[in-house]
Amino acid sequence: MYILFAVLSLTALGLALGFMLGAAARYFKVEDNPLVDEIEKMMPGSQCGQCGYPGCRPAAEALVAGKASATLCPPGGKALAEQLASKLSLDIDLAGVEDQVPMVARVSEATCIGCTRCFKVCPTDAIVGAPKQIHAVVADACIACGKCVEVCPTECLGMQPIKTTLRNWRWAKPDLAAAGA
Amino acid sequence: MVVLDINALWRRRSKIRGGVHPEPRKESTADKPIVTDFPLPERLYLPLQQHLGQPAEPVVRAGDKVLKGQLLAASRGAVSASVHASTSGTVAGIEEYPAPHPSGLPTPTIVLEPDGEDRWIEGAGEADPFSLTPEELCARVDQAGIVGLGGAAFPSAMKLNLGWRTRINTLIINGGECEPYLTCDDRLMRERAAEIVEGVRIMLHGLQCPTALIAIEDNKPEAYAAMLDAAKKHGRIEVVQVPSLYPMGWEKNLVTHLTGKEVPAGGRPTDVGVLLHNVATAYAVQRAVRYGRPLISRVVTVSGEAVEAPRNVEAPLGTLLSELLAFCGHKPERTARYVMGGPMMGDHLPHVQVPLVKRTSGILALTPEEIQAADARPCIRCGRCVSACPVGLLPLEMMTRIRAGQLDAAVSFGLRDCISCSSCSYVCPSRIPLVHYFKYASGELMARQQAQQKTEQTNRLAEEKRRRLERAKQAAAARKAQASAKEDAS
Repeated sequence: MYILFAVLSLTALGLALGFMLGAAARYFKVEDNPLVDEIEKMMPGSQCGQCGYPGCRPAAEALVAGKASATLCPPGGKALAEQLASKLSLDIDLAGVEDQVPMVARVSEATCIGCTRCFKVCPTDAIVGAPKQIHAVVADACIACGKCVEVCPTECLGMQPIKTTLRNWRWAKPDLAAAGA
Repeated sequence: MVVLDINALWRRRSKIRGGVHPEPRKESTADKPIVTDFPLPERLYLPLQQHLGQPAEPVVRAGDKVLKGQLLAASRGAVSASVHASTSGTVAGIEEYPAPHPSGLPTPTIVLEPDGEDRWIEGAGEADPFSLTPEELCARVDQAGIVGLGGAAFPSAMKLNLGWRTRINTLIINGGECEPYLTCDDRLMRERAAEIVEGVRIMLHGLQCPTALIAIEDNKPEAYAAMLDAAKKHGRIEVVQVPSLYPMGWEKNLVTHLTGKEVPAGGRPTDVGVLLHNVATAYAVQRAVRYGRPLISRVVTVSGEAVEAPRNVEAPLGTLLSELLAFCGHKPERTARYVMGGPMMGDHLPHVQVPLVKRTSGILALTPEEIQAADARPCIRCGRCVSACPVGLLPLEMMTRIRAGQLDAAVSFGLRDCISCSSCSYVCPSRIPLVHYFKYASGELMARQQAQQKTEQTNRLAEEKRRRLERAKQAAAARKAQASAKEDAS
């Protein structure tokens, strides 16, 4: 009898509190700035943390609040910086943004022990493998965030510049000095 | 009775916009016959990619013995072209070898050691090409690895295939050859007019298209006469003269001039029912369909002041350009610049230890006097580039935007419509390398587009990962619940 009473009272309490929470979520909802959502969508979304914020959303919030510069995202490079600046109507100095040399992670087969730590942290699932087997990087999916390099216990992961081939070779900008001022 | 020719009326009315008149410099090679006994080189280098699109997939291995015309690498994917052995011999290997490209970067290349016998593989020729269905014709052209020989190197079979999807009313055969120095198409038309005309008839049949126009610039009267003579028996083929003007051979210029229709920006001539092929492509199609011969050689103009005996040479694909130049008496000490193709749109090569490929229409060794290199001076806003631009763009405005890094502004000035014809650079009195700016900007835009795609892919992958982790969490929770329920029951 006592047990039944306890069960019923706790169920009633749970239900009542649940409805209250539901109602609160509905009627006291805090409106997020839709701009933050939009900016977050433009970001790479890999939560790599290279900007110094814990993820893309906090970075987007900082941008909207004016606490961060449009050039904060290294993986996004110049292209993203320009997009962000036009979205937020900011003036930016792109000359300062060096486009990073495109990099890709690479596993050194000699020292990989198959610990699986790297592919657990990989934001894009670009590392494949199985426990105690050598892991490999899917170059197309790698965004060169460097998270795997940090966790690798044997330092077998490294960042390498992507090789220039006929497919990704581009014309260099004409020399400004030669073009006259 | 006077017959009113609508086409002729249009031709008179449609004015070509812009354009320049560079010195032709064709006289040194135009009157010499094509050299057909070029000695077989010791090694041939056949890049897997000599065309637009996907590189071909090798089907031979190092050490294989191959016959002349045997398939070495098969086309892969929708836009691709196969590569064949230029002579009989042994495959020495498949390795990275410098490509004929301004960067001089290496590309996967099949190296072939000729055995000197030059023995052909059994080819399936067709005595009556017109008994084949259009599909079969396209397949033959595809198997022969034919690409546009005018310089763009677009796989020709794809263009012939279009006939089934889009209605093609007019086939234009481009014998303009408006680039200075080059005379390979001119010589081909003079010497092999009948073969070209048959190639055109085969193309018409493949496209199921009623008429063909062969356009020849009026500075090639001999070629015009030869083609006129060869085509007079065939009513569906008309040979027409077009004014000598650079870039007359640009496809949109020819379409506008010959049909009066304007190809929309960003569109292709097929959008107005017209298809263009080069004369050398028509010749290659005839060889492929009539005799079953794949594309393994081409006529190339070897010219420039640093060449003692400039002429047109029919050479096997894969020959090193340095050997071709040496054959014609090259003076390296006089050479200031190597150009593959014509001087206006061709690629500047860092060196000539690179192979002859399908799109190589010429190899020029130019002296310092010919190129007159000079440093760029400030823009004086004279507007000559504006009057020279055949597309109707404002090169000077685009250049200043690009120099300031404002690519989007350059795009709004029509950067995407630029055809890199170099007319603006040619007329610029300040010697500003305008076209270099546009090539740089186009590459940069392409890189941005790819970066954008990569961001989208990253977003998608990150989202997939989040979902996967969530599913794993739910599954673990469910297992736990199940286990505890079991415990309760027991």
